Amino acid sequence: MNLEKNTPLERLYNGIVKENPTLVIVLGMCPTLAVTTSAMNGIGMGLSTTVVLALANLFISLLRNVIPDDIRIPSFIVIIASFVTMVDMLMQAYTPELYKSLGIYIPLIVVNCIIFGRAEAYAYKNKPLASFFDGIGMGLGFTASITVIGFVRELIGSGAVFGHTVGNLPDYSPTIFVMAPGAFMVLATLITIRAYIINRIEEKSGVRLAVTHTDEEGANCSACAFRDNCAGKFEKVEKMMAEKEKEKEGKA
Amino acid sequence: MSTTSLISILIMSMLINNVVLSQFLGICPFLGVSKKVETASGMGAAVIFVITLSSIICGIIYHFILHPLGLDYLNTIVFILVIAALVQFVEMFLKKAVPSLYKALGVYLPLITTNCAVLGAVLLNVQNEYNILEGIVNGLATSVGFALSIIILAGLREKMQYNRIPKAVQGFPFTMFTASLMAIAFCGFSGLK
Repeated sequence: MNLEKNTPLERLYNGIVKENPTLVIVLGMCPTLAVTTSAMNGIGMGLSTTVVLALANLFISLLRNVIPDDIRIPSFIVIIASFVTMVDMLMQAYTPELYKSLGIYIPLIVVNCIIFGRAEAYAYKNKPLASFFDGIGMGLGFTASITVIGFVRELIGSGAVFGHTVGNLPDYSPTIFVMAPGAFMVLATLITIRAYIINRIEEKSGVRLAVTHTDEEGANCSACAFRDNCAGKFEKVEKMMAEKEKEKEGKA
Repeated sequence: MSTTSLISILIMSMLINNVVLSQFLGICPFLGVSKKVETASGMGAAVIFVITLSSIICGIIYHFILHPLGLDYLNTIVFILVIAALVQFVEMFLKKAVPSLYKALGVYLPLITTNCAVLGAVLLNVQNEYNILEGIVNGLATSVGFALSIIILAGLREKMQYNRIPKAVQGFPFTMFTASLMAIAFCGFSGLK
């Protein structure tokens, strides 16, 4: 697909398909694993994150010439936390049931690294309209993938689709899928399937399609907003440790 | 408040409701910093330090300032700012005053600011209506639970480093499958209730 860069449509496509935050750049793992016990929870969490993401992106982009570089991280924190508090209070008032089942994970949207990542990587450098749609695109991508995970876990684990039980399926359902281990297992399986398909297509066509998780070991540091802070420091520590070991060997 | 209730909070937060394996907080460092046992234990120690300290400070702020003034709705904003400032401050303080501790923990501290386990532990203290002492015990137990699981995962990953794994499962999914098996093991602790 060839779209002009930084237009609203291109941003939506980028967030939902090309750089899907959950499946491609593997960010925001905590809510992804925690609230996906049912598809409805996934939609609720996804949409509230989308609202925060879009509004925070918009405001950070509007203020990007005012915020000094040195204190941008605390400024982001304040802006994001204010929107999260608003969403938290609105949900408590209008969707009390959903609020109860999502519980502590609503205030924890503050520390969702997708939001920080987009603020740092996109909104702080681009125009308000594009940033707003970038937030919506990323949010919808997040919503889509956690709804799928929630759907799979709900169907296998409690034999239901969006809260409606399917026949006598619940009698045969392994409850482990709605418990903690199931979350890790379903997400790992989904990412494996995606990587398998992409690897096969790449092998056949010889074209490199997309960034896959296999580029990184473990969590995806290259996409994180704080990589200059921590990943760089980690490399230093690992070098220091290697040097120490060499010294020890030299002495022995 | 009795000693038994403190002990039950300790066991609940450390093993039964393990912060990583059953509450899914702090997944990023759990997956990202668990390649080696040495770095994992450093991270674990730093998390214990920061969570315990922030539950003390946020507990005091909540019980003496926010709650009496009816400002409960500012919890999230105040706590995240306090934690971010605290981590910065601790880093500077350690660098100046206790260089040996800074050498051991320093590099891990910036990683912790946005670790949801810290904010999660503090918010849970408020949500469960713990007093300051119970909050500190809960914070300590949560962080020890974190250290426990990250060190176990690092040990497993060190053992499996040279295993032959299909290409599609390599890296992230493989670590997740390992974590899943660990979570099944930790489910066994719910029998302690």
